[in-house]
Amino acid sequence: MSSIVARHRHDGTRLVQILRDVVAAEGYVAPRVITALAEALALPRAHVEGVAGFYSFFATEPRGRFRVLFSGNVTDEMAGSRELCRRLLDSFHLELGEVSRDGLVSVGTTSCTGLCDQGPALLVNGRAIARLTPQRIGAISSLIRGGSPVDEWPKNLLRIHSHVEKRGILLSDQLAPGEALSAAVRRGREATLAELVRSNLRGRGGAGFSTGAKWSACAAAPGEERYVVCNADEGEPGTFKDRELLGGHANLVVDGLCVAAYAVGAQKGFVYLRGEYEFLVAPLEEQLAARRESGLLGRNVLGVDGFDFDIELHVGAGAYVCGEESALIESLEGKRGIPRNRPPYPVTHGYLGKPTVVNNVETLAAAAWIVVHGADAFRAVGTAKSAGTKLLSVSGDVDRPGTYEYPFGVSVERVLADAGARNTQAVQVGGPSGTLLAPHEFQRRIALEDVPSAGAFMVFDRSRDMLAVADNFARFFAHESCGFCTPCRVGTTLNAQLMARILAGKGSRGDFEDLARISKLMKAASHCGLGATAGNPVLDALAKYRPAFDRRLKSLDVLPPFDLDEALAPAREATARDDAGAHFDEEDERVIPGGGYE
Amino acid sequence: MEQVKRKLRVATTSLAGCFGCHMSLLDIDERLVPLLDLIELDASPLTDLKHCGPCDLGLIEGGLCNAENVHVLREFRRQCQTLVAVGSCAITGGLPAQRNHLDIRDCLQTVYLTGVGVERGFIPNDPELPLPLDRVHPLHDVVKIDYFLPGCPPSADAIWQFLNDLIAGRTPQLGHGLIRYD
Repeated sequence: MSSIVARHRHDGTRLVQILRDVVAAEGYVAPRVITALAEALALPRAHVEGVAGFYSFFATEPRGRFRVLFSGNVTDEMAGSRELCRRLLDSFHLELGEVSRDGLVSVGTTSCTGLCDQGPALLVNGRAIARLTPQRIGAISSLIRGGSPVDEWPKNLLRIHSHVEKRGILLSDQLAPGEALSAAVRRGREATLAELVRSNLRGRGGAGFSTGAKWSACAAAPGEERYVVCNADEGEPGTFKDRELLGGHANLVVDGLCVAAYAVGAQKGFVYLRGEYEFLVAPLEEQLAARRESGLLGRNVLGVDGFDFDIELHVGAGAYVCGEESALIESLEGKRGIPRNRPPYPVTHGYLGKPTVVNNVETLAAAAWIVVHGADAFRAVGTAKSAGTKLLSVSGDVDRPGTYEYPFGVSVERVLADAGARNTQAVQVGGPSGTLLAPHEFQRRIALEDVPSAGAFMVFDRSRDMLAVADNFARFFAHESCGFCTPCRVGTTLNAQLMARILAGKGSRGDFEDLARISKLMKAASHCGLGATAGNPVLDALAKYRPAFDRRLKSLDVLPPFDLDEALAPAREATARDDAGAHFDEEDERVIPGGGYE
Repeated sequence: MEQVKRKLRVATTSLAGCFGCHMSLLDIDERLVPLLDLIELDASPLTDLKHCGPCDLGLIEGGLCNAENVHVLREFRRQCQTLVAVGSCAITGGLPAQRNHLDIRDCLQTVYLTGVGVERGFIPNDPELPLPLDRVHPLHDVVKIDYFLPGCPPSADAIWQFLNDLIAGRTPQLGHGLIRYD
């Protein structure tokens, strides 16, 4: 433990990284470790415990020496993850969430692991395994019994494939390391900022804020220290385009981060990589080391006097909300990932209260492209308000899942045709927090002017039950709500419970009204975008796939979610009664018309 | 000639509650007089009528802890146009739901057989007695509830405001100060 703390320089802002190392070494964060960390880092114990309890990859109770987490995204479930999970559980005679008696293994589920193009997927002690089949589950089961560390498992099992199906200006570009940064230095600071503004590049994380405006505001903010952050916490279910960019085109992304640093005058940068992408850590560290060797990071970068800049890799620990930029900054500071009140915005008060730029991976890649090729070339691609290209992560019921790069303005139909989709009944654009499109909307276009998207493009054919899809998304939000504000914490769980009730055939029309009311309330009253969008998938599904809901209703009115007669059984047993009064009879079971509606 | 306005027919009952909500209703004090110009009571502990006829409004205090509670609630739902869950127990199960983490068989054993001071005990089993449910439930688990009036108990002012809104045809809105939980 003390060696871990020493490795992180007793720095409390590195608490999330420290806890990752603790979990890697011991499997979970024990109470004595929390106490020791609090002392060693001079932090309140409650703070350390709060952080340990916040992130789902930090167990605070013992887990198996092999902790298996199945990816719970709807595309994984469609590809059979539940059956495979059952198979693995059976092979160890375990139930979900249980630790085997010898402490060897535990099996649970986690949110989307970003491998939807090669699902079903799972994580073993943080390492991703994709393309699961019964055979692979058998192999994993044997390897766990064998007890060797996951790093020593067959390479073939741990290999993550790259599926780039369509290349546009970003994915076809082969820039050398530092090429974009040199171009920026040649242009100079002011001209680089001006070029970015002129390019009309907008953030690719979903919100679509002007990148040039963001950089200019940060550059103009008072203060000496500045920071730039690459948001690689790609947590939106169904999104994996950043995995592809960081895996195959990291040069472009890192160069983009360096350009940002040069333009705003930052001394330090972070790449906040989601924990699910641990397999990208080693190649990224190698890339950063190579850049330090060749003078692209460090003191006087590229010989520019006073341009000192280095990049640190931070790895997340399974918290979707950390994709929100202010929550991400909190996490970088070693805290729970709870979004901040805004304003002030990170461009003036970000990391450690200093001016900070946070950009999506794809945004930075585009920025690097722009400084090399110019704003005009960039604006020549895409639509009037949405310049450039968009990377889409296509998954679900298609022949060719993978990453597709299109100019903005591409129609949903076109993407479906290119990916080989048949009998499509719905597309979830932008993930659960995005928009659910029905066939009559497939001529709509992916662009800020029409259907904005952070990248997810999940396809459902006519064999899919759209109620089950909405249920999966409702469970996702209930799990990922950070718990800070009541509308979202309570609302997401109520929605998930109502969906479960309807799915079990115990729902009523009144439940639909409740779903709509709760979703509306969350949208209006939540602290951040998570709660504001958490009701979207349910509202969209209710509006566009109502028969899938109605079909599940046994009655139009309230049905108890439990068996009334069964609820009297224990008392019948205790009193040895079996008379008529000790049962609810047929007439009692008759549905009571509800006043006020229908 | 002006038509005489029909009075609203109102029924009330206390299921697994403590009658605190009914006491709070009576706490509207002198406002009871104008209220009685607007409503007439059907089944209620205040009239001692046991069964409920067709009503405009049903006010229910308390949650569901036994079979009889369920029967009464269903009768109210059949008879009342609008049904209101009044107070914490009706809305969440409240204090009686504290037993939900215990096995009802153990509760009966302890109270009637093995508890301190119990001699020659037996668990009452007369068919006249309603059997307890294994868990205490809020009302909306079993029937459609139209409105929820929170509080433990809701204050007299909250009840007054709520009834006035309802009688006048406004969707009841409890503003600041009328919802409190301490």
